Amino acid sequence: MTTDVLHDCVLGDSHGQSVLFVPKDRYIATLRKLIDDSYTMCVDLTAVDFLTHPGRTLPEAIAPERFEIVVNLLSMRDRTRMRLRTQVSEADASIDSAFDLYPGTEAMEREVFDMFGITFNSHPDLTRILMPEDWDGHPLRKDYSQGRIPVQFKGSAS
Amino acid sequence: MSDLLSTVVSAGTFEGNQELRSRSELTAKEVMREVGAVLRMSEADVALLAEVESDPGEDQTMIINMGPQHPSTHGVLRLMLELKGETVLRCKPIIGYLHTGMEKTGESLTFMQGGTNVTRMDYASPLNNELVFSMATEKLLGIDGDIPERAVWMRMLLSEMNRMSSHLLFMASNGMDIGAVSMMLYGWREREEVLRFFQKVTGLRMNHNFIRPGGVAADLPAGWRDDVLEILEMLGPRLEEYDTLMTGQPIWRERLQGVGVITRDEAIALGATGPILRSTGLAWDLRRDMPYLHYDEVEFDVIVGSYGDAFDRYAIRLAEIRESMRIVRQVLDKMPGGDFRIQNKKVTPPPRARIDESMEALIHHFKIFTEGFKVPEGEVYVAIESPRGEIGCYIASDGSPTPYRMHVRAPSFVNVQALPHMMRGGLVADAVAVISSVDPVLGEVDR
Repeated sequence: MTTDVLHDCVLGDSHGQSVLFVPKDRYIATLRKLIDDSYTMCVDLTAVDFLTHPGRTLPEAIAPERFEIVVNLLSMRDRTRMRLRTQVSEADASIDSAFDLYPGTEAMEREVFDMFGITFNSHPDLTRILMPEDWDGHPLRKDYSQGRIPVQFKGSAS
Repeated sequence: MSDLLSTVVSAGTFEGNQELRSRSELTAKEVMREVGAVLRMSEADVALLAEVESDPGEDQTMIINMGPQHPSTHGVLRLMLELKGETVLRCKPIIGYLHTGMEKTGESLTFMQGGTNVTRMDYASPLNNELVFSMATEKLLGIDGDIPERAVWMRMLLSEMNRMSSHLLFMASNGMDIGAVSMMLYGWREREEVLRFFQKVTGLRMNHNFIRPGGVAADLPAGWRDDVLEILEMLGPRLEEYDTLMTGQPIWRERLQGVGVITRDEAIALGATGPILRSTGLAWDLRRDMPYLHYDEVEFDVIVGSYGDAFDRYAIRLAEIRESMRIVRQVLDKMPGGDFRIQNKKVTPPPRARIDESMEALIHHFKIFTEGFKVPEGEVYVAIESPRGEIGCYIASDGSPTPYRMHVRAPSFVNVQALPHMMRGGLVADAVAVISSVDPVLGEVDR
């Protein structure tokens, strides 16, 4: 993975797309700088649970953690995209909310909270969005098993 | 009873109430925070705004539920509205009634089977979903530059036809919501003609799983060109009828003009894309601004509005049907011959005829459909312009035949966030027009 530096963060390249590896403590500060770089729209915010795939390719300086917050920004002026990947540990599964910079992340952060159990500090309304309010667990975590319906094959020999 | 309830709640992970909270539980700062963030105002300005807006007492306002089963909510969208008389003070969309865990399901389906899953998300434009998923997979495989020309142009043809059918559906549902019930019949009728073409090409009216990693599933059937021309010839005069029926009609204009206004900065801040963003006057269309497929080789106009209201969004969609027809005409002229899928043994199953004569072909066919093909480790985000805005697909792969994480950035999911902003201070009768003009597809909102 070829690397570069932008705003004191490691800038990588994934299939021709710019990926910025932002440390958790500088997440909001970096977003603020990127807004000044004309990345005015937050297109997407999601997360990945790397519980069963810890050995993923990362730049040397980045220590892998269980969760990753993935933010896709868009600059309409330059017609470029920038992806932010922030490592979030299992022990402290929380990150600052980007709501005050990008109000459009409100529902996306709620979705990540609902699906992964990562809390967003100072989010205006952090509740479950897709699952019922009293649901147990966070479905997109890798240790959350998928439900199965047993299938009986009638007429088979065994 | 309350004991039972509290045990249930404490046993689970009760994370707080999803519903709109009553005013007595909120501080003025909390109420105004969202407004302030969207309008990009400083805290001092927001505080000023909060003072100006008279804070009505609890007994003067009423919280009502609109939905989930309301004919104008296009599915199972539930809105909680706080009303003062006829005026909407606050609104909160509550979603999740159609959530079926499609992103989780996507993690257990191979890249070959994934199309059947994503196509069911935005069921009004299934081919665009398949397209973005296939493009993301191809980028991970590193074959995105090797897709045969015919497959690329076929994808464009299908994508644009799908845009037409989706916008025709909007014409129908928008008409029905506003009260032009005859429009509902006309819109569905024209859409059915396009779906009939899809049925001929893909075998299904909806949920096609036709665009697959590596190309498309089958070649175009004999006589496809005449079918397309027939649709184009039929549609032109019909769109003029729509103009007569709605665009110039005073009642229609009264119902939509100045309703659900959003400005350019607000739309960008909220992440709204597609016709909502374009209605504010910003010409942003991924087909033109970040071209994919061969959109840089066809001529079309990006339609923009000037007021950001519901009427602009209606007019943009109507005009976009015409632009799609223009693109389809050019695709007809440029459609090349050749393969309809990549001749790469890794992702393409052998042709049916080979299976009868070659043992290796049979094994190969079996392995591709049972095990799938392995996709190199990595992560990628690909976005295209769907009829509702930017639809994106983020895939993280761990080198196995199934995606490690498959996330779809659904335009409707993000656009629905603009509803509270558009409705604030409007009339409850206009709420229906506003929901309709956002054109959310709940299958995609909830996934």
